[in-house]
Amino acid sequence: MDSAVKYPPPLVNPETKPFWDATVDGKLLVKRCTACGEAHYFPRTICPFCFSDQTVWEESSGEGEIYTFSLMRKSASGPYAIGYVTLKEGPSLLTNFVDCDMTQLKIGQKVKVVFKTTDGAPLPFFMPV
Amino acid sequence: MTIKGKAYLAGIYEHPTRHAPDKSTSQLHAEVAKGALQDAGLTKADIDGYFCAGDAPGGVMAMVDYLGLKVRHFDSTDTGGCSYLVHLGHAAEAIAAGKCSIALITLAGKPRTGAMPPRATGAELDFEAAYGATTHNVYGMCAMRHMHEFGTTSEQLAWIKVAASHHAQYNPHAMLRDVVTVEDVINSPMISDPLHRMDCCVVTDGGGALIVTSEAIARSLKKPLVRMIGHGEAIKGPRGGKDLDLTYSAGVWSGPRAFEEAGVTPADIKYASIYDSFTITVLMQLEDLGFCRKGEGGRFVADGNLISGTGKLPFNTDGGGLCSNHPVNRGGMTKIIEAVRQLRGEAHPKVQVPNCDLAIAHGTGGLLGIRHAASTCILERM
Repeated sequence: MDSAVKYPPPLVNPETKPFWDATVDGKLLVKRCTACGEAHYFPRTICPFCFSDQTVWEESSGEGEIYTFSLMRKSASGPYAIGYVTLKEGPSLLTNFVDCDMTQLKIGQKVKVVFKTTDGAPLPFFMPV
Repeated sequence: MTIKGKAYLAGIYEHPTRHAPDKSTSQLHAEVAKGALQDAGLTKADIDGYFCAGDAPGGVMAMVDYLGLKVRHFDSTDTGGCSYLVHLGHAAEAIAAGKCSIALITLAGKPRTGAMPPRATGAELDFEAAYGATTHNVYGMCAMRHMHEFGTTSEQLAWIKVAASHHAQYNPHAMLRDVVTVEDVINSPMISDPLHRMDCCVVTDGGGALIVTSEAIARSLKKPLVRMIGHGEAIKGPRGGKDLDLTYSAGVWSGPRAFEEAGVTPADIKYASIYDSFTITVLMQLEDLGFCRKGEGGRFVADGNLISGTGKLPFNTDGGGLCSNHPVNRGGMTKIIEAVRQLRGEAHPKVQVPNCDLAIAHGTGGLLGIRHAASTCILERM
């Protein structure tokens, strides 16, 4: 999907509001558990690994690499590339690769976060570095 | 406590339709229920347990009322296409525990006639919905990573479709009956890299039903005795994005549980029904179940190894979801039905496995590359 695509605004709830407040400022947050030390995505209040409630917000570098992807050749809004990025901070997340030649994507390729506007909070996408 | 040998598959029915614009979904559920009862030699009044999933209009309460059932046990677990493989395990548990004695499981719907309702969503919604995950591209991501790590090729994946097509040519109800070649598959249009159109299953209206019962009741009926001897189920998701690995499914957990309960190994299996929403689904599950080692699935499925009469592991001898039927975009039900046909000796003579006394029916449901469930059922002919 390209920048002409209209993306759905996140619904936002009390648990995820800090994440979406941060995207307005162009920041990608992950949650890290101070009990077990693990970062996770998408954010939970209670750590999905050790079940501690000692989780804190952490700003991600927004940098990572492509774990896998698939180029959907046709859709109502044209071709788009879905995939997973593994962030430098550890967690992998589902996203789309944008603002690039989607036929040239490769597993292991370095990418960085880029935000796309919606009628609500901006959404994180990734583009090759 | 085990379900081993406690539950028998007394009735099976696969709706012959693949396109049913003139019927309601509830009606299709009733028709498949009637068909399975007739196959078993039982009547509606005999049913005291009922199982249905997300395809059942209005859920379990509406269905029990619509069908006119009077049940003392029910379960509406929904894990997508493998729901019915989960239901079979749960029905066996209920029968083993005495909670019911004759259970009905139904599946029906009409995705070929009209669009399906959207998938249920959870806490992940805001973090995934915008990225356009469909079955095609999510299974495509699994295939892409599998190729990257293990050198699996499109030609190897194509062999899975080729094998299914060899079987479908003998099934008069199959939606696609033409035998295809590896070249046909890899030359078909790319849908979502690296999956071609012929790597994808059919979209069909229809349904199926099962009757599961106790040993005593099964022995009073006329059909060959087919029983459950092992079951396992599991769920896998990105789980916070730690150590993401799309090259294996929840079958790595459901499979060993089922084999252990059954007291058999993959080498003992004579026939395998393996969920084939896409070719990659089959390849990953064969590895996960232990039919070959992780990463060797490509070599395992190549050169006709899944073709009945030719290969070492005959699979989906009805033509599977790739060629015959994938009612309601949920393939678990037809996997069980063809396994029972094989165990009864009722498969088409051209694809019937000789002396087939041990079979596996296995599937995943949901989205393989995001979050999904798996269920493994091991069935034995007495």
